[in-house]
Amino acid sequence: MHEISIMQSALELAEDHARQAGATTISRISLRVGIVSGVVPEAMQFAFDVLRRNTMADSATLEIEAIPGVFRCSGCGGVFTLQDLRFDCPSCHGLLSMEGGGADLELAQLELS
Amino acid sequence: MCDNCGCANVEPFDIIPMHSGTAVAEHHHGHSHGDGHHHHHHDDEPHHEHVHAHEHHTHTLPVHLSLLQKNDRLAERNRGYLKARRIFAINIVSSPGAGKTALIANTLERLAPTLPAAVIVGDLETANDAARLRDKGAPVVQVTTGTVCHLDADMVAHALEHLPLEGRQLLIIENVGNLVCPASYDLGEALRVVLISVTEGEDKPLKYPPIFHGAGVVIISKTDMLAASGLDIEKLHRNIRAVAPDAEILELCARTGEGMDQWIALLHSLAAEHGL
Repeated sequence: MHEISIMQSALELAEDHARQAGATTISRISLRVGIVSGVVPEAMQFAFDVLRRNTMADSATLEIEAIPGVFRCSGCGGVFTLQDLRFDCPSCHGLLSMEGGGADLELAQLELS
Repeated sequence: MCDNCGCANVEPFDIIPMHSGTAVAEHHHGHSHGDGHHHHHHDDEPHHEHVHAHEHHTHTLPVHLSLLQKNDRLAERNRGYLKARRIFAINIVSSPGAGKTALIANTLERLAPTLPAAVIVGDLETANDAARLRDKGAPVVQVTTGTVCHLDADMVAHALEHLPLEGRQLLIIENVGNLVCPASYDLGEALRVVLISVTEGEDKPLKYPPIFHGAGVVIISKTDMLAASGLDIEKLHRNIRAVAPDAEILELCARTGEGMDQWIALLHSLAAEHGL
């Protein structure tokens, strides 16, 4: 449920930057959401649909780029960059261990007009 | 109607795929037009053909700022404040009922002579947990979040204003019982401790990876119920290790005191690492 407040921050940040850039409308908001950021993209989309009303992003689209994490297999030693949080090795079905990445949660860019 | 250019007859879209590697649904135009619409005024002025650009003024602005920047900034302020006062802060998170308050009560009793602590307790409602901790020799502030499912750095900053920190070397923050939302909110702590009780099953770290991933210490609690719970504790260790490869893992029972010595020793050594 914290996606609502995070989306609210994203919209405020977007509007601040749009105003500073002298724009009147935001037509696209692009976010980068890491797989261990603790934020669910579907919930972000839902929050966006509710919160964008009567803002500069009223008719904007939301673009979410999922940022992968790096995993290493405790069985075969393989290293994998994965878009999903999974812990079974795609190669040998051993237990994967998270090495890093995927913590990103940022407003990447705006399309303004 | 198209919001970019005002043209009509545009296919509506309502699904935005969010799996990466998949193109995000863009606005589908049923027709194409270039950067400018060419208007030929050959009836009025046959010798004069001019083109005026129909400007859209659309441009892309790179931003690259954290969506949690406000909280992160306040968390850094808390961190700086606590560091300046030479206080080691820990943020304890778990599911509701994993034994956070029991662990803190037992910890306060053992630490009182050597590492005096102060406590911030977060719950949606009631000050019951603060009341349970109040007679343990440490100042306690309860934050009731109302409907908010996590503590944030601002709530902690306000709680700190009401907490007498004189002579205190450890700040224990008991977060709202929730394994999802607190993962995203830095409070300014030096260490995140995740508590998981033996009755919660081996797969919990794999089901809630973000919160375990950021943990410095993972405590398996209520070990007095281990046999009854049927937990495969080795498997739980492996799963914690998969999500949080660098975390210290401890097993303890706050009620019987089993394993508490190791936890207290760990707190002392971590506090020492922080110059206390």
